[in-house]
Amino acid sequence: MIRKLLIANRGEIACRIIRTARRLGVATVAVYSDADANALHVQQADEAVHLGPAPARESYLDVDKVLAAAKRTGADAIHPGYGFLSENARFCRACDEAGIIFVGPPAGAIEAMGSKSAAKRIMEEANVPLVPGYHGTNQDPGILEGHANRIGYPVLLKAAAGGGGKGMRRVDKADDFHAALDAAKRESQNAFSDDIMLIERYVVNPRHVEIQVFCDKQGNGVYLFERDCSVQRRHQKVVEEAPAPGLPEETRKKMGEAALRAAHAIGYVGAGTVEFLLDGSGAFYFMEMNTRLQVEHPVTEMITGQDLVAWQLAVGAGEALPLEQDDLHIVGHAFEVRIYAEDPDNDFLPATGKLLRHQPPRQDQAVRVDTGVQTGDEISVHYDPMISKLIVHGRNRREALAKLDRALQQYQIAGLRHNIEFLRRVINHTAFVNGRVTTHFIEDHEQEILQQEQQLRAQQCAAIAAFLHHSETRAQHRSAPKADPFSPWHSGSNWRNGLTVWRSQKVEVHGREIEIHFSGNDEALLWRCDSAVDAQSGTISSHHGQNVAVLDGRRVNYSSVAHDGEGTVFVSGEQVDFKILPPDTGENTDAAHGLEAPMNGTIVTLLAEPGARVSKDQPLLVMEAMKMEHTLRAPADGTVNQFFCAAGELVDGGSLLIDFNAETADA
Amino acid sequence: MNQIQSKINSRDPAFAENREQMQSIVDDLREKLETIAKGGSERAREKHVSRGKLLPRDRIDTLLDPGSPFLEFSQLAAYDVYGEDVPAAGILTGIGTVAGQPCVIVANDATVKGGTYYPLTVKKHLRAQAVAEQNNLPCIYLVDSGGANLPRQDDVFPDREHFGRIFFNQANLSAQNIPQIAVVMGSCTAGGAYVPAMADESIMVKEQATIFLAGPPLVKAATGEEVSAEELGGAEVHCKTSGVSDHFANNDTHALQIARNSVSRLNRVKNPGLDVQKPIEPIYPPEEIYGIVPKDSRQPFDVREIIARVVDGSEFDEFKAMYGTTLVTGFARIHGYPVGIVANNGILFAESAQKGAHFIELCAQRNIPLVFLQNITGFMVGKQYEAGGIAKHGAKMVTAVATAKVPKITILIGGSFGAGNYGMCGRAYDPNFLFMWPNARISVMGGEQAAGVLAQVKKDQMAAKGEDWSEEEIAKFKQPIIDDYEHQGHPYYASARLWDDGVIDPKDTRTVLGLCLAAATHKEPEETKFGVFRM
Repeated sequence: MIRKLLIANRGEIACRIIRTARRLGVATVAVYSDADANALHVQQADEAVHLGPAPARESYLDVDKVLAAAKRTGADAIHPGYGFLSENARFCRACDEAGIIFVGPPAGAIEAMGSKSAAKRIMEEANVPLVPGYHGTNQDPGILEGHANRIGYPVLLKAAAGGGGKGMRRVDKADDFHAALDAAKRESQNAFSDDIMLIERYVVNPRHVEIQVFCDKQGNGVYLFERDCSVQRRHQKVVEEAPAPGLPEETRKKMGEAALRAAHAIGYVGAGTVEFLLDGSGAFYFMEMNTRLQVEHPVTEMITGQDLVAWQLAVGAGEALPLEQDDLHIVGHAFEVRIYAEDPDNDFLPATGKLLRHQPPRQDQAVRVDTGVQTGDEISVHYDPMISKLIVHGRNRREALAKLDRALQQYQIAGLRHNIEFLRRVINHTAFVNGRVTTHFIEDHEQEILQQEQQLRAQQCAAIAAFLHHSETRAQHRSAPKADPFSPWHSGSNWRNGLTVWRSQKVEVHGREIEIHFSGNDEALLWRCDSAVDAQSGTISSHHGQNVAVLDGRRVNYSSVAHDGEGTVFVSGEQVDFKILPPDTGENTDAAHGLEAPMNGTIVTLLAEPGARVSKDQPLLVMEAMKMEHTLRAPADGTVNQFFCAAGELVDGGSLLIDFNAETADA
Repeated sequence: MNQIQSKINSRDPAFAENREQMQSIVDDLREKLETIAKGGSERAREKHVSRGKLLPRDRIDTLLDPGSPFLEFSQLAAYDVYGEDVPAAGILTGIGTVAGQPCVIVANDATVKGGTYYPLTVKKHLRAQAVAEQNNLPCIYLVDSGGANLPRQDDVFPDREHFGRIFFNQANLSAQNIPQIAVVMGSCTAGGAYVPAMADESIMVKEQATIFLAGPPLVKAATGEEVSAEELGGAEVHCKTSGVSDHFANNDTHALQIARNSVSRLNRVKNPGLDVQKPIEPIYPPEEIYGIVPKDSRQPFDVREIIARVVDGSEFDEFKAMYGTTLVTGFARIHGYPVGIVANNGILFAESAQKGAHFIELCAQRNIPLVFLQNITGFMVGKQYEAGGIAKHGAKMVTAVATAKVPKITILIGGSFGAGNYGMCGRAYDPNFLFMWPNARISVMGGEQAAGVLAQVKKDQMAAKGEDWSEEEIAKFKQPIIDDYEHQGHPYYASARLWDDGVIDPKDTRTVLGLCLAAATHKEPEETKFGVFRM
């Protein structure tokens, strides 16, 4: 029996583990970095230990600090969650040596699956189907090319030590092989300090179907069916569901048994996931095994009615599995979507900043939200920008899908860009609705899913008008003298003697500048906007602080949130973000435009000398944020006066990085 | 607190007729105000805007805090006075909040006769300054004017209350620490140049604003020097070289932003020293006032019905309810501010005048602002009343009104005739604000009475000469007099000449009074020293 559990993780997974531990009467210890001092997981745990600065390698990835925290608090077990130290064999061993239970597989199993080529050899021996390929150590380019020809194009080059899509290249024909190999090796070397490559047949129209397995120390193992995680972008899962749509029972059983063979072959203990590629003919190939609890484990919990973390703790404590294979059944259908702070319209650029509102839909038996953040929290540059996971369950796929869409509509997030609208477009796409998903789903349907022209609708204009009216009124109330708090001068009435006045405000919506006109009061606010697509005027009545508005006689849900000249309104399940544009004071601000950091990040390199004359679009500096590089370019021909940053420096989003003088036409 | 129980029956046919009548009067007023609000001709406005300048109302809207009320004064100024259209007398004045601070705003309308000063333009400008002084409110001048209207210089330039008084006021307002901020947004020539020059702080708009004592044509005529307006007195010159101006603005919006910044740095804190409470709306809707005021202005109505639709919660504690009943006095709140209300309910008798004087004394003693609701045909006349000393009793009320040092606000809701106007704080008694309803009438006496008096005098003269005067001829003699009185007693006629601060929709009375009270309580309370009351 585990008495006190340290969770060596943060965010939603830490909270999720704490929830089960608490239910089972296990005391919890959280760990945290400087950036997480007030994070939800810290608040929820019984105790919390500070690890160090925000960067993960100095906190959550520091084996010694985590172990020291466990010893200091007397924790008898450590749950690593996913990511961070969860698949770190050295950490696993260190726990053993310290006499602390590592809630996960033995170090040997982690190591066995850590190298892709080694793993494939083991799988081959265990009779687990593999994609035809070459997993040898001979890395001579000529030899590799020969293997590629043998396997047959298209082939996939993969870094042996890789993951997350880094060092991965698809090669369609022999002519391209060497160029692709060089690129993949370079990337792999950079990412993993290792450039050994695998070659595999590239499976056309594949689905990503993975099997949840569970093993105990007594040698028992079960599989808890599959999850279909085919919908991915850049190898990042977007939607996960269970069971996999249209999967024949026979295939399910075959895959499950193959997965268990894989687990047993490496002496696996605990929760693990065996990932397969499933092709159109029903053939499946082993891809890899994740030796940890997966992000998407809740969909399995939803369809099996089991608590996988509870199972992990039981197995970790040496107990046998609570159920046998025959006791496990699929009930209904479940989906999970990952809500990210990112900008789907801008190449999924990760977003950082303050969550001005985080209001998930109401949770019940069928709707679950796993999150580690709340309103007011910061999504920082240091960690994964996932805000939460939304999981729903229905009696069948159609019902679950309807609930998922409804829940996404009710989900309110403001303060930073997020992917809720994007997710809604994905799950409402005909191909998805019909269960026709492959790992190329997003690429194949990019036009419909990503490139949607954002239209401004009348109800959104009305909601923005109401928002503007309320913020003016609030500002007026606030400006009343302390000794004269009810002065009608501060009522925000905009009253005129015998005249009707319209107020106007320029705002930026969907990247366009529009003007909204409004007149009246809370009871009846008239609005006008030429840019709305369905109607250009109307009436809205809304009382601030109440979540209801009446739009031309129709009651709708309405609320708003704002910060620093930016705002978000939610009206009947739709969200619109806008920026309040300052009036034109004739000051030339164009020169600095675009020379601010697009987000928090680190400066990689400066590409111009101070004083240099540069031409329009010439790269001026490169910064890295959220594991991606961004280049700032000259907005016009001109001169770089100076940089307000240096390579290696951490900068805040929005801060001015370059002092730039544009050449004017007449100069 | 006692709540007024209204006895109005809105199903009464008379109510509907009254309402219809008032509605048409108000509609007429609104239509006129909307037309006036456009300013100068369409051509003039287009030309103005095409230069990158904002129209004066847009300037005010940009200057004010978003959502701020704007209590505009004398929109009807110069209406039907000069035989040519001079909308709003070419100048907009009023109170609105800037950076949270109610300010008096004076904005020239260059689309109206180039923003030049007609006699009534001067009067309106001076009145705005008087409001600023009496209520201790900062002044912001949005200057865009060609200066004095030259053809009318004799009525604009020389006298005590003429153009020069503007600068006299600026100096003296500044001396009382009433901030004077000028934003020069167009020309500012000759005498006008002193508005920014006399200001505490001034702002000029690039390539729009010019300040000079003499423009290029006059310079050329006088000295032969050829110079452009911009070189002579543009923003660059005055912000960089001469120091006539303090802040350089890129455009109108920028200039108004700078003005807002200036106001936000004034370091003024309002402390009204009043027992203010959270306002409650009247329990009776203000719109019903339309049906209460009789169609026939000679018909009496109970002024308490009006009070019930103006004061907080319709709560009114009457003072001396049973004595001198033709004058209603009592305490109430309007928008949370305590007020003493003095309202006519008929002709003033000796008792009502004494009651009024007593009540005004009470309010002055307690520093309670006074609200006068005027509907008065005058003091009672006749042998009995003269013998009873109606003149000395009336004089007590007039003395009290004239010397009480609390904020006073007068609304003309019906007739305002003769000495009744004095006792009820007419314009001559310097109320902080005076507004008229569009159904009101003002003159020394009623048209009928005046015609009757004049006819009687003439009849007596004719009788002395032994001449006879037929009833028909008498009626013919009287009619033009009655017509004249009707014309000159009309609120538009009065407001055109600035005998008031504006004509308001009766249902806005509560709003206007609230704004006036809030504006009038920026001054430290003053101690009242009454004059000698004739006992």
